Amino acid sequence: MAEKQFTVTADTGIHARPATLLVQTASRFDSEINLEHKGKTVNLKSIMGVMSLGIGKGAEIKITAEGSDANDALNSLEETLRKEGLAE
Amino acid sequence: MTFLNGIAASNGIAIAKAYRMVEPDLSFEQKKIEDASSEVARFRDAMAKAKSELEIIRDRAKVDLGPDKAAIFEAHLLVLSDPELNNPIEDKIGSENVNAEAALKETADMFVMMFEQMDNEYMKERAADIRDVTKRVLAHLLDVQLPNPSMIAEEVIIVSEDLTPSDTAQLNRQFVKGFTTNIGGRTSHSAIMARSLEIPAVVGTKTATEEIQNGDLVIVDGLKGEVHINPTPELVEQYKKVHEDFETQKAEWAKLVNEPTVSADGHHVELAANIGTPKDLKGVKENGGEGVGLYRTEFLYMGRDQLPTEEEQFEAYKAVLEGMEGKPVVVRTLDIGGDKELPYLELPKEMNPFLGFRAIRLCLEEQGIFRTQLKALLRASVYGNLKIMFPMIATLDEFRAAKTILEEEKQKLISEGQKVAEKIELGIMVEIPSTAVLADQFAKEVDFFSIGTNDLIQYTMAADRMNQRVSYLYQPYSPSILRLVKMVIDAAHAEGKWAGMCGEMAGDETAIPILLGLGLDEFSMSATSILKARSLIKNLQKSDMEKLVQQVLNMQTTDQVIEAVNAAVK
Repeated sequence: MAEKQFTVTADTGIHARPATLLVQTASRFDSEINLEHKGKTVNLKSIMGVMSLGIGKGAEIKITAEGSDANDALNSLEETLRKEGLAE
Repeated sequence: MTFLNGIAASNGIAIAKAYRMVEPDLSFEQKKIEDASSEVARFRDAMAKAKSELEIIRDRAKVDLGPDKAAIFEAHLLVLSDPELNNPIEDKIGSENVNAEAALKETADMFVMMFEQMDNEYMKERAADIRDVTKRVLAHLLDVQLPNPSMIAEEVIIVSEDLTPSDTAQLNRQFVKGFTTNIGGRTSHSAIMARSLEIPAVVGTKTATEEIQNGDLVIVDGLKGEVHINPTPELVEQYKKVHEDFETQKAEWAKLVNEPTVSADGHHVELAANIGTPKDLKGVKENGGEGVGLYRTEFLYMGRDQLPTEEEQFEAYKAVLEGMEGKPVVVRTLDIGGDKELPYLELPKEMNPFLGFRAIRLCLEEQGIFRTQLKALLRASVYGNLKIMFPMIATLDEFRAAKTILEEEKQKLISEGQKVAEKIELGIMVEIPSTAVLADQFAKEVDFFSIGTNDLIQYTMAADRMNQRVSYLYQPYSPSILRLVKMVIDAAHAEGKWAGMCGEMAGDETAIPILLGLGLDEFSMSATSILKARSLIKNLQKSDMEKLVQQVLNMQTTDQVIEAVNAAVK
């Protein structure tokens, strides 16, 4: 299993738009991908799951991926987060 | 053939087939089903139909509104593919043998509740998104059609309960020839929108959605405020004539585009336009606006999920100032709160939003937002004739505080070497009775007044203008309102300042003769009202209107005033 930690830097946190981008990215992979925040874990391919975490600026998040393309998935998600200025 | 009476909200005649923007009956019974796998198939089929519909809507939105506004439909599409929604529904159908409608509703309701219970306003609003998309699936399961205004492809008249800003954003201007609603008045959002789109509209018909079916032929008479349903061929012919006459009259008015506005006895006034975005300048020019009397900056802040940057604002203000080529542009600083909310600011709900934390009150508290806007305005000031006005000023202290902040930002910019116009007139909206009453003192410190009648009337009459049941108290011609207006104009003139008006009243045929007699200097209205107003004023003697004013100020009721104006203008 691959995992990475990030700190959210976007002023508005993970709102509808960034959540859309993340879920679209995650959905391109076969691996099971989860997002963890404050002890809660949700499916990163679920927009409602991601939104339900209510992630704000400064939040610590962890993304885990398990499956054949886990590493690729994690790299793509990291790229999305950085390119959109969402998290570091 | 049926006939409805309503409020004429936007001039002109439209004749077309009806398109109802009314939600169909989506009620259903919870049932046990025999064959779970065919029920799952039925559910997947409805999902697929809903998705392809949403994809079309998204693609249209991208073209019509831009990728920013289309983004919301991307999110909606993801909700439909969400495994956390689909799996539980299919499981429920399989394990409990319930029909797809019930499984969908139960599962969606769980998510709706979850979002509604979150303590973040923005997230609470996402509950509405989930309701919205699952409704689309439910409609396909029940085999009924949801209205899809963005998919209209022929000339129509929209029929609805009311039209919200997001409804109107979806309307294709090429095909929507007019609209009629059950509720609303001349100043409701739908009416203002109709005038800026220049399409005929009749609002407040109470029963349009009950009386009109999809495909009925409808005449919307935005001149008299009448709606005719399935009219006789004779009536259609009559209305085609009225339509032509109206177009002829408009052509006649159009000759006044480049003329100054001068009364029959030689008194000059300025006719300006109310705008919401730089796009509205086209209408201002086509209708011969002599300036912008009210630039509502709220639209820069609405329909998005974060504050506009200084740069975005600067570009918008610059575009308007340059577009007006040196003619005056009065920009109103952020007037948010009341009926205009910004979800991303997460302001607490209030019992009386119109009497609450809004406009300048919010700006003086949330100074970061205010300073960013002022900086953008100051930087744009060198591109034209900028005047700044503050909304909802109730006390001189508020005006002074706002002015101090503006001065601080100005000095900062100058010390950074930025160019700022030397003279920027600074004024206030007069929409709170306390300010009208103390106008003589305000006039010593402000450069101008602009009377915001929509709010001034609601605060003077203590009648919420969103509340239908007290709408009879919206009385612009009431002698009490006229006296307040007189106080403001006289106070300005006593100090050598000017007074304008930017509420709906400034473009109103019955009010204009009185306002001319009162000596109002600037009339700011919907761009489409300007030429008509100019033609009216050209035929009035200001000296006669001054006599009219002496009469009406001492009358007892609104009806008496209307009668006196009609007699004087004949």
